[in-house]
Amino acid sequence: MSEHTIQMDKPIGETRLDRRVQDVIGKGVARHEGPLKVSGRATYAYENLAGDGKNVAYGFIVTSTIGAGKIKRIDAVAALGKAGVLHVVTDSDGPRASADPGDKKPTAINGQITHYGQPVALVVAESFETARDAAKLVTVEYEPTEGTYALEDAQDKAFDPGQGVMPSIVKKGDFDKGFAAAEIKFDQTYTTTSQSHSAMEPHACVAEWNGDELTLYGCYQLVSTNVGQLAAALGIDKSHIRMVNPYIGGGFGGKLGIGPESVFAAKAAKVVGRPVKLALTRQQVYQDTSRRTDTIQRIRIGCDRNGVINAISHDTLCGNTPGDTVFEPAGISTVFLYDGENRLITHRLAEVNVVLASAMRAPGEAVGMLALENAMDELAEQLGIDPIELRKRNEPKVDPQDGKPFSSRMLVECMEEGAKRFGWADRSKVPGARREGEWLIGTGMAAASRKNLLQKASAKVELRPDGSATIETDMTDIGTGTYTILSQIAAEMLGLPLDKVAVTLGDSDLPQAPGSGGSWGANSSGSSVYAACEGIIEKIAAKLGVEPAGLTLKDGTVIADNKQTALTELLAGEPITVTGTFKPGDAFKGTHQASYGAHFCEVAVNAVTGETRVRRLMTVAAAGRILNEKTATSQSYGGQIFGIGATLTEELVVDPRTGLIVNHDLAEYHVPVNADVPQLEVVFLDERDHAASPLASKGIGELALSGVGAAISNAIHNATGIRLRDYPMTLDKVLAGWAAGKQAA
Amino acid sequence: MRLTINGVGQELDLDIRTSLLDALRDHLALTGTKKGCDHGQCGACTVLINGRRVNSCLTLAVMHEDDEITTIEGLGQPGNLHPMQESFLQHDGFQCGYCTPGQIVSAVGMLDEAKKGWPSHASKDLDGTVSLDNAEISERMSGNICRCSAYPNIVDAIRDVNEKGAA
Ligand code: FES
Ligand code: FES
Repeated sequence: MSEHTIQMDKPIGETRLDRRVQDVIGKGVARHEGPLKVSGRATYAYENLAGDGKNVAYGFIVTSTIGAGKIKRIDAVAALGKAGVLHVVTDSDGPRASADPGDKKPTAINGQITHYGQPVALVVAESFETARDAAKLVTVEYEPTEGTYALEDAQDKAFDPGQGVMPSIVKKGDFDKGFAAAEIKFDQTYTTTSQSHSAMEPHACVAEWNGDELTLYGCYQLVSTNVGQLAAALGIDKSHIRMVNPYIGGGFGGKLGIGPESVFAAKAAKVVGRPVKLALTRQQVYQDTSRRTDTIQRIRIGCDRNGVINAISHDTLCGNTPGDTVFEPAGISTVFLYDGENRLITHRLAEVNVVLASAMRAPGEAVGMLALENAMDELAEQLGIDPIELRKRNEPKVDPQDGKPFSSRMLVECMEEGAKRFGWADRSKVPGARREGEWLIGTGMAAASRKNLLQKASAKVELRPDGSATIETDMTDIGTGTYTILSQIAAEMLGLPLDKVAVTLGDSDLPQAPGSGGSWGANSSGSSVYAACEGIIEKIAAKLGVEPAGLTLKDGTVIADNKQTALTELLAGEPITVTGTFKPGDAFKGTHQASYGAHFCEVAVNAVTGETRVRRLMTVAAAGRILNEKTATSQSYGGQIFGIGATLTEELVVDPRTGLIVNHDLAEYHVPVNADVPQLEVVFLDERDHAASPLASKGIGELALSGVGAAISNAIHNATGIRLRDYPMTLDKVLAGWAAGKQAA
Repeated sequence: MRLTINGVGQELDLDIRTSLLDALRDHLALTGTKKGCDHGQCGACTVLINGRRVNSCLTLAVMHEDDEITTIEGLGQPGNLHPMQESFLQHDGFQCGYCTPGQIVSAVGMLDEAKKGWPSHASKDLDGTVSLDNAEISERMSGNICRCSAYPNIVDAIRDVNEKGAA
C-alpha cells in the first residue's frame, strides 16, 4: 500500500472534477446508504448486539436532584438487593456531562454537583425494566450549596476566557474614539436563550470488552478525538479501544464530545463481564450532555448619514459550568462581514450551574448573526436606506481585520439574486402596511456567512481487480451525506459508475479523518479521497507508461494515447491501494475563507394572538462547488428550519431556584414540526473556490442557519412595526410589544 | 406471550412492564423501529397495529396478543422497497435516518386515514373526501419530529406516493 499527500499551499486549478468525464460529481443522486435507512436496516449505536445471544446487560443512569453542592454518600444497597441487578457504578471519576470537543478528557464528577440532573451513578441489570426501576432505589445524600442559575445573576463575575475557536478579543483601530466621533451612533442589546441540539437519537452506546480490549459502539461525531477522550476517562491507552459508529442519528454538535453514557457503560461492562447497553432518556439528554449557551450581546455601530460604517463593536456575554471555559464565538462574523476602520469584538464568560455549554450547529454565527443582522436592519430603517443597499455600502474588498484577500466572496451576488427571485422590490417599506384578515404580513432579509474550516484528513481507497473501488476512513456521516459525496468524488476521479464504489465509515481502525463538525467534513475528508484517487491514477499512468494528466478514466476504462483499456484488464488481478492525506496549507492561511448567502423571509403575524407563521423562506448561497445538489439542499433546509426554531420557539427554561431544566423533553422544548415549516427555497450560486480545497468547495451545512433567524425577526418587524431583540420571538413578546406601543402612543 | 409481527407469530417471555417498542428492539432484534423519547412525543417508534399508526413506546407488549403488528421491516427491504420507502429515498426525505422508519410507517398509516375520509385540523370540511395538499400532509405528519428537518422533502415524498396511488 502506498501514500499520497496533498498539502494545499496554493490554489489548485482545474481538476478532473471540473472536467466531469464520468459526470457524477455535483449530481443530486440518492443517498448511498439510503436503502438501509428507509428500510430500518441501518444499525445505530444502541442496536448493536441485538438478538445475537451475547447476554447483554442494560444500564440506567442515576442523576442528581440538586443543582449545586457536594455528594456526601451514595447508598446502592437497596438497588443491589433487587433481583436482576448486577452492579452499581458509583465512582466519582465518571463524567459530569459530555466532554467539550476540545477536552482531552471529560470533566469528572469528583464528588461535586455542578448542575441539576448531573449523572452520579449507573445501575446495571438483566433487563432495561429492572435497571430503570432499581435506579429509583439508589439514594444520594448531598451537601447543597448556593447555585447560580441565571446568566444575568452571574454577569458581574464574568471574565475573559482567552483563546477559544477564535480569540476572545479582536480589535483594530480605536473603537471608542471612532464611535464617539460618528455622526450616527447605533447601540442595542440582544439576548438569546439556551438551546438544545435535540438530535432524534438519544446518546447511546454498547460497550463490550474482550480481555483488555474494548469495543464501543457509539454515536459520536469525531471518532479519533472521542476514542482519545474515552481512553483518558478510563485511564487506558487508546490503542485498546475500537470505536464503531457507522450511523449516527443526528448530532448538530451534541455528539462532538464523548458522553457520560460511554464512560459509565465501559466501566460497568468491565465489572460485570458482559456487554452493557445504555441509552440516555430524552430528559437526560437535555440535562446530562450539553447545550448552547444563552447570550447577552451588545452591538454598537458608528456610521455617517449614508450608512458608511466607521466603527463596529460586538460584545458577547455567555455562560458555562464552573471549570468549563468554552465560549460561544458569537462575534465571529462581525470580524469580517462589514467594512469599518475601528473594530472591537469581545467575548466574556460567566459561571452558571447549568449543564456544559458547547458547540451547537454553527457555533458563533447561529446566535451572533441573530444580533448583528437584526441590528443592520434596525440601522437601515433608522437611516431610511434599503437593508440590502446598507450592506452593499459596507462591503469590504479585503478582510477588514487583517487585510487578507478573500478566497472568494459572493455576498452581494447572493443578495441581488435573492432580491430578484423573492420579489424584494415589492416590499412595503412601512411596517404594518399589509394585512390579510387577521394576519399581518411582512418580509425581511439578512446576510449569511460561515467561516470555512479545514482539517487534516486521511482515507484509504482501493481499486479492486473486478473494477470496483472501496473507500475506508473513520469519518462520520451524521445525516450530512458523507457516504454519498465520498462515493461521488471517487467515482468521478476514477471514472467508475457510482454503484461500483463502496464506502465504510466511522470505524476507529480506519485512517483518521477530522469527523463531522464545523462544516469541515465534506471538504477535508473529500479532499483526502481526492488525494488517494490521484495516487491511484499515478499508478495507473505508470503501468501504461504515460503522464497522469494524459489519462482519461470513464466507465471502468482508461483511455491513453487513443487506446482504451478496461481497468479489470489493466489491474490483472492486482488491486491498487493508496492512503490519501489532505493537509490545509498556505492557501488556507493566506486567504480569508468563508461561505456566504442571503436569506429572504415572509411571515404572517396574527393580529389577535401574536403568533408568527413563516410563509416563505428563501436562502441563496455560495459555498464553492456543490458536491451533491440533493444532499446540499437538504442540509440547507435543515439549517433554515433550525433557524425557524431558534427564532420562534426554542428556549431551554432553567428553574432559577434549582437549576432544573424545566422543559427537558420534546413536548416542551419546541423544535419545529412539519406544520411549522412551509415549502422552502434554496438556491446555490455557481462558485468554485480553488483556494479552499482541491474540491473547490466550502462548508454548507451550517451556512443556511447563519443569519436566517434575523431574516425572520426582520420580517416580524416589517409585518408589525415591533422590534424584538429578545429571542425566541414568542407570541407573548409580540403582544407585549403591541401593549407597550399603545401605551407610548 | 404471543405477538404477531409482520405476519410472523413469535413466542416471548417478557417482563410485563416491557413496552411494545422495547419488545421489538431488545427482545426481537427488530431495531428498525426507533426510540426517540419513550414518551409519545416524537413518533420515531411508530408501528401499525391492525393497520392504524400507534406510538409503540406508549403501549405495553402484553396488550397486543391478538393484534397484527407491522414494523418498518415488514414494509420492504433493500432491493424490494415499499413505494413509500422508495419515495423517501428519491425525494431525500431524511438525513440521519433516525426518525425515518417512524415517518414512513406513519405516512402509510396516514394515507389510509385520509382515504377513509378522516378529517384533520387542516381540513376545510369535517365530512367528505380528503384532498391531501401540502398543508394536510404537514398537519397529519406533525406527530413525527425530524430534527434534521427533512420536512419539505417528506411532504414531497408522501404527496408523490399519494398522487401515484401506489400505496
Ligand atoms: S419514542 Fe415513542 S413517540 Fe418518541
Ligand atoms: S432524518 Fe434525522 S431526525 Fe429525521
